[in-house]
Amino acid sequence: MTAAVEQRLHARFRLSHPGFTLQVDLNLAGAGVTALFGASGSGKTSCLRVIAGLSRSDPDCNAYIAVNGKVWQDDSAGLFVPVHQRAIGYVFQDANLFTHLNVAQNLAFGRQRVAAAQQRIALEQVVALLGIGHLMQRRPGTLSGGERQRVAIARALATSPRLLLLDEPLAALDAQRKAEILPYLEKLHSELDLPVLYVSHATDEVARLADQMVLLDAGRVSAAGATHELMTRLDLPLAHGDGAGALIHATISGHEALYHLTLADFPGGRLRVASQPRALGQRLRLRVLARDVSLTLAPQAGTSILNILPARVVAFADDSPGQVMVALDAGGTALLARITKKSVDALSLVPGSAVYAQVKGVAIVG
Amino acid sequence: MNPAYGGAVVLTLKLAGLTTLILLLLGTPLAWWLARTRSWVKLPIGALVALPLVLPPTVLGFYLLVALGPHGPLGQLTQSLGLGLLPFTFSGLVLGSVIYSMPFVLQPLQNAFEAIGEQPLEAAATLRASPLDTFIHVVLPLARPGYLSAAVMGFAHTVGEFGVVLMIGGNIPDSTRVLSVQIYDHVEALEYTQAHWLAGGMLLFSFAALLALYALNPGGQRQGAAQR
Repeated sequence: MTAAVEQRLHARFRLSHPGFTLQVDLNLAGAGVTALFGASGSGKTSCLRVIAGLSRSDPDCNAYIAVNGKVWQDDSAGLFVPVHQRAIGYVFQDANLFTHLNVAQNLAFGRQRVAAAQQRIALEQVVALLGIGHLMQRRPGTLSGGERQRVAIARALATSPRLLLLDEPLAALDAQRKAEILPYLEKLHSELDLPVLYVSHATDEVARLADQMVLLDAGRVSAAGATHELMTRLDLPLAHGDGAGALIHATISGHEALYHLTLADFPGGRLRVASQPRALGQRLRLRVLARDVSLTLAPQAGTSILNILPARVVAFADDSPGQVMVALDAGGTALLARITKKSVDALSLVPGSAVYAQVKGVAIVG
Repeated sequence: MNPAYGGAVVLTLKLAGLTTLILLLLGTPLAWWLARTRSWVKLPIGALVALPLVLPPTVLGFYLLVALGPHGPLGQLTQSLGLGLLPFTFSGLVLGSVIYSMPFVLQPLQNAFEAIGEQPLEAAATLRASPLDTFIHVVLPLARPGYLSAAVMGFAHTVGEFGVVLMIGGNIPDSTRVLSVQIYDHVEALEYTQAHWLAGGMLLFSFAALLALYALNPGGQRQGAAQR
């Protein structure tokens, strides 16, 4: 047996447009979901296009792109694999289905161009996963935006790609359609062993889907790492503002059926969340927004708040005027709390202070 | 019906059919290039092939006659290739028609290709289709309305041409005497009945061609735009 191929995604290149330069040197885990995150115009989509081969990097930048042992571009060796010879699945922002083909033919288009030996994902599995079985004879023009996007994802998956590239697949959809697609993307994550690069500028999407993140800012990588670590790093814009919060990976340890609650354990303690119809030992992704966490010096008795966690203050950073973002360490798990500057002074909080974090709300995001 | 009609009708259909076929084959790569290139030569080439739209056919026919004649550059070329001289032959007529009807085939194709845009091509590439594969299985089906328009316009326009034919084809029965020339002959000879038969036939044919085009292709070019 040969040694297992290194599961890494390398991408090093520069792409210049007038007034904009994207320069990245990424070395990421080649498994799970990686979010390319940043404001619009930060270069997320360009980055995805260069990795796919749809856009060419600058000729003099010595670009190198390799995914799990397959080299797709190596300027030093004069190698550039054309797009159609790369085992990618690409989902465009606006689905981009073939209007002259029905849904079934759209799915077949890519699939029939892949050798049978390389088809690892069954068509039936893809159709079931995305819930599009009833749409097969329909024309793209008769589908809703959400349906179109599901077909586009299925079409990409049907080619059994080695890497799935999603370019803001939810951006063109309203909140309701987004909510319709997100569960399918989550299933994708849990049911298929397929590395995914996901372009997004929405924190809530990333919190639900991404294992790791690459933060892009004006064409540069400002940070890269595990999602739950970046979300609580006070030096990053991600950990500021109304949507800032911690991401907690917990395990279901029990149910309180009488109260419709589920117990979720994580290294820093236990959270009670709304009842989840899942078995003991299942993983839960929990999101605790900074604005939903308040701090006390002593554990409160006689409070309606269920979730109170002992923690230590790690650092502060100014948020909006009068507001301070506090980074907390709860038994090894990072939390954020957004409190007023006045409270910081009133409680005499300093790095190292022992506090109790009162968690008013926990969202289950996966 | 006068048997001379038959000769002229068959000749006209042969000329128009052959011209349309050649134009679709030539026009496809040329229109594709014009639709996709960013080169500065796109403009002069585009203007050159569109010239027959604005040029009097007799001007075009005159230059062709000179160029194809025994002292013209093309004439010397065809002679050295052993093809002889093309003026006043059917081949010469085909060449003239191809040039004269070029814009009527090229522009619908170019419009159709431009309406398709970059997106379906990129989608096809990410679905493992090579550029040629993409052209055959994505571009051609999406450009179908454009091909229909191009074929009908090219055919009908060749059937109706007169000036170029007269200049380089002359009026030789069963070789270069096409319908339009024959109508002219009849009118010159004050044979209005015969002229009516032929002219009426052409009118009906042109109407039927356009009707078929619209029926086969509801929405026409607008469909291509709406797909984007």
